[in-house]
Amino acid sequence: MLYREAGDFKTSYRDDSQTFPLKLDRWGYYAALAVAFLVIPFVITDYWANSVLVPFLIYAIAALGLNILTGYAGQVSLGSGGFMAVGAYASYKLATAFPEISILIHVLLAGGITAVVGVLFGLPSLRIKGFYLAVATLAAQFFLVWLFNKVPWFYNYSASGQITVPERSFLGWIITGPQTSASAKYLVCLGFAVLLAWVARNLTRGTVGRTWMAIRDMDIAAEIIGVNPLTAKMTAFAVSSFFIGVAGALLFSVYLGAAEASETFGINKSFLVLFMVIIGGLGSIFGSFAGAAFLVLLPVFLKNVLVGSLGWPTDLAAHLELMIVGALIVFFLIVEPHGLAQLWRVTKEKLRLWPFPH
Amino acid sequence: MEQLLYASEVVVNGLMTGVMYALVALGFVLIYKASGVFNYAQGVLALFAALTLIGIQQGQVPFAHLISAVTGMHLDSFGWTVPSLLAILLTALVMVGLAILIEALVLKHLVGQEPIILFMATIGLAYFLEGLGDLMWGASVKSLEVGLPQGLSETVETMTDSLFGYGFFIDRLDIWATIIAAVLVASLVAFSQYTKQGRAMRAVADDHQAALSVGISLRFIWVMVWSIAGFVALVAGIMWGTKSGVQFSLSLIALKALPVLMLGGFTSIPGAIVGGLIIGVGEKLFEFYIGPMVGGATENWFAYVLALLFLVFRPQGLFGERIIERV
Amino acid sequence: MKKRSVRLFAALATATALAAPAAWADLVVPNFSYRTGPYAANGAPYADGFNDYFTLLNERDGGIGGQKIVVPECETSYNTEKGVECYESLKGQNPVVIAPVSTGIAYQLIPKVSADKIPMYTPGFGRTSAQDGRVFEWVFNAPTNYWDGASIAIKYLLDEHGGDLNGKTIALLYHNSAFGKEPIRTLQELSKKHGFKLTEIPVDPGSSQEQKSQWLQIRREKPDHVILYGWGVMNPAAIQEAANVRYPMEQMIGIWWSGAEVDVTAAGAAANGYKAMAFHGAGQNYPIYDDLKAHVFDKGLASQGGPHIGTVLYSRGMHSAMVTAEAIRKAQELAGTDAVTAAQVRDGFEALDISEERLAELGLTDFSPAIKTSCEDHGGSGMARVQQWDASAKAWNPITDFYEPDNEVIDPLIRADSEAFAKENNITLRCN
Repeated sequence: MLYREAGDFKTSYRDDSQTFPLKLDRWGYYAALAVAFLVIPFVITDYWANSVLVPFLIYAIAALGLNILTGYAGQVSLGSGGFMAVGAYASYKLATAFPEISILIHVLLAGGITAVVGVLFGLPSLRIKGFYLAVATLAAQFFLVWLFNKVPWFYNYSASGQITVPERSFLGWIITGPQTSASAKYLVCLGFAVLLAWVARNLTRGTVGRTWMAIRDMDIAAEIIGVNPLTAKMTAFAVSSFFIGVAGALLFSVYLGAAEASETFGINKSFLVLFMVIIGGLGSIFGSFAGAAFLVLLPVFLKNVLVGSLGWPTDLAAHLELMIVGALIVFFLIVEPHGLAQLWRVTKEKLRLWPFPH
Repeated sequence: MEQLLYASEVVVNGLMTGVMYALVALGFVLIYKASGVFNYAQGVLALFAALTLIGIQQGQVPFAHLISAVTGMHLDSFGWTVPSLLAILLTALVMVGLAILIEALVLKHLVGQEPIILFMATIGLAYFLEGLGDLMWGASVKSLEVGLPQGLSETVETMTDSLFGYGFFIDRLDIWATIIAAVLVASLVAFSQYTKQGRAMRAVADDHQAALSVGISLRFIWVMVWSIAGFVALVAGIMWGTKSGVQFSLSLIALKALPVLMLGGFTSIPGAIVGGLIIGVGEKLFEFYIGPMVGGATENWFAYVLALLFLVFRPQGLFGERIIERV
Repeated sequence: MKKRSVRLFAALATATALAAPAAWADLVVPNFSYRTGPYAANGAPYADGFNDYFTLLNERDGGIGGQKIVVPECETSYNTEKGVECYESLKGQNPVVIAPVSTGIAYQLIPKVSADKIPMYTPGFGRTSAQDGRVFEWVFNAPTNYWDGASIAIKYLLDEHGGDLNGKTIALLYHNSAFGKEPIRTLQELSKKHGFKLTEIPVDPGSSQEQKSQWLQIRREKPDHVILYGWGVMNPAAIQEAANVRYPMEQMIGIWWSGAEVDVTAAGAAANGYKAMAFHGAGQNYPIYDDLKAHVFDKGLASQGGPHIGTVLYSRGMHSAMVTAEAIRKAQELAGTDAVTAAQVRDGFEALDISEERLAELGLTDFSPAIKTSCEDHGGSGMARVQQWDASAKAWNPITDFYEPDNEVIDPLIRADSEAFAKENNITLRCN
């Protein structure tokens, strides 16, 4: 009744093709942004920042990146962990080599470096397709992690191979290192997430995005109608790796503060990001956020309920947690194979009719 | 000369390791061929099978920990031990039961979905089984004893010593693994060639719809294939469990099977074997010759790079079905 | 992101917030355990030992100085991100000390605890150079660390070979991670000093159950000794492969993280004679077990039902708990109050003096070396001994006394590392 398009007239094509065509959607979006930027920073605690919101935002960026590659361009990748490692180590090397330049610029540069590496490892996608490609991207995953573990230059010759972020500030606010306040961490990640989501949204509905989707739906057909698969696939790899690289750089510099290649950026990270994309919904910006929220929040929530409220032994809780997460993944796929984003779309459709069934 | 001897020892051992990889890869191929599902849970199935085998063998009470947490009763063991062969048989039955459950609860509802969705579902399954295995049998390291010999084979050592003046090392477990793998592959081939069910399985692999139209029950075939894959997982679990004990890390052997699959092709049983051998030899030789120059521990990624190189020339793997694309 | 998702989020938020336990009035000593994941087999006994010791203190003495000790457990799965989550969630309960049983998590938390002013205790693991109290005010790693371990292994081998390792070859088989790479620098220095040849052989954590190429290399090169820095499944796999290629067990020596029952039982009788270092005893032949039995086990209070009592890793958890408890006691003494804060416990850690007499009082005669710390020295004596596995009796038997590490070599290395850290992070040296 409240949620409908009646009376919401568009007088230009520009209006008609905007991201949120419904007024209510638009206001909801602005309200969410306002809350995120103006309210949460003042009430956020260390626990909420470090356990929930910061990882959520960082993984959302990574999921956005993988969603561009897998959801929009149809290239399945299991190399996200490796690419995140590139972002992290690049930002570390840059931050220690050029301390006078702002770390925020380093984070973006790290994304750029990751994009180059991503294109390099994306080249085989011109020949290899489907699951073969997925497994081939594991080569990138394992090789990159090995490289960062093996070449001491990458970790500035420290004894254990750990990299630790130096303290850096932006406009007088400390944004990396142990002294960082919860709200600073949160705001940096939120800024990147919103900016990149905006970029992703506009890329995917433009020419580039349409060539990606053409390649995804059928690459041979796309080639026949004049889409160059080389540029389409390589831009997808580049943009996707850029996002993932930024996520890796933030994960290291803002969230964790220290990292080690094989532990922080192992194969599990690649799988985690892929889960987020699939659970959230392939080819959906909202889905990337929903998937990240689901997989970051769920374990924390389950743990707090099982251990905190019910007082179960931690190991039982951890085992049950695995089972519940697994069962929920299967459940969601059965109920809605196109992910949370589709569920959301269906709900919206229903809401438009509510409370009248027809 | 000495270098050459060492290298050939490495090659022989690589071949043997390759067989161990192929054992894991076989399960993937079976399921992929029959249902187009890339079953990520295969490694966890191996772990689960090995845990169940030990549990049955030693008469462990399943869910002992959960029971004691909920009711306060301390039950650890039924107090009996089951002979290995019987235990293997019982475990195989458990795997069949698991296959029926997986079909009824998961696969049935996902018929006709895109491959990536099915793949994702098996990952969910892997999570679930991992938690279930730990919950049922506990997370501690267990050693698996089914009477397989292990360690240096003296016959081979003395023989090669008298021939070349350098005794080769071959693990007796690896010899057994090779024999078992050969028997397994031979019986799988015989099964699919000469039995009615086997032929039905091949028909399904060829064309789901055509198979359905001639009256083959897809659901039955799926249960059957998952049961066989469960059995193959059990064999792989026994071999790897004997090698380094049964615990969580056993499930990670799936990662070693992926390059094998890629190289051999997802749809070919001989491909899994040949792929395993190539990966085994390739990674061991690379580690032997190049490893010391670049600091070692190359095996993890080299297998993938090797498979990638092959794929660039043959995108469907060595023995995979040719990919024909039409617009 | 609209109403419904906001509402859902709010619902989740309240549930999460409600679920977080309320603050405690007692002393909180969290237990960072890992009973799941690839290292569960190693993590569970350690966590049990840690729990049981504090249960004993609570049951027998009513806590420390009348203050009950609360030990909330948090599952990390040996995963750094979960470790951080645990830290943040436990921080709300005002813990007096943090003991993450993982080198990766320790590295992660060193800057955080220093900022939050909570002492961290990492016995036998973590950042080695943290023993330099001038730089690492809030971190303690007494009684020993990875570099000490490397040096003690060499000292032991020197003794075995009549003080001369010239021309010998020693292979280091290590877990290719922060932990495994720690001893390399020390061993390289020592190889210069004693003239042995060092071969470094990494094993990737992801594929550590398949070590054939590594052991074929060892079989070919026949090093005189193999030093093992392994963790998780890498240990049983290495010992099994050693048995397979007939490498003599007596010539292998593991760090304390490669010397527990879980590492040797898989190989069965073949593991007989395997040696490993230890900075504490194992088994139940200590007087404290009478008390543990009376106050904990017989009351059914043993952690997880007590399946690991007396094992090496259980004893290590107990040792860590014991030192922590002594630090709290010291802190109470120094502060003149029983309800000590985290900062006061830090002072307690810095003034630790656990003499052999004190150990005997605690029912732990000859269990571990005496520990004495100071402002500069957060690492204690660094002593450890060598123990050997007896497969038929299924017991670890100490075969040497406690060795002192070669401080002549290690101290400069530690100073160099910690001073570099201080410079990078603008830390002014303390204790002047």
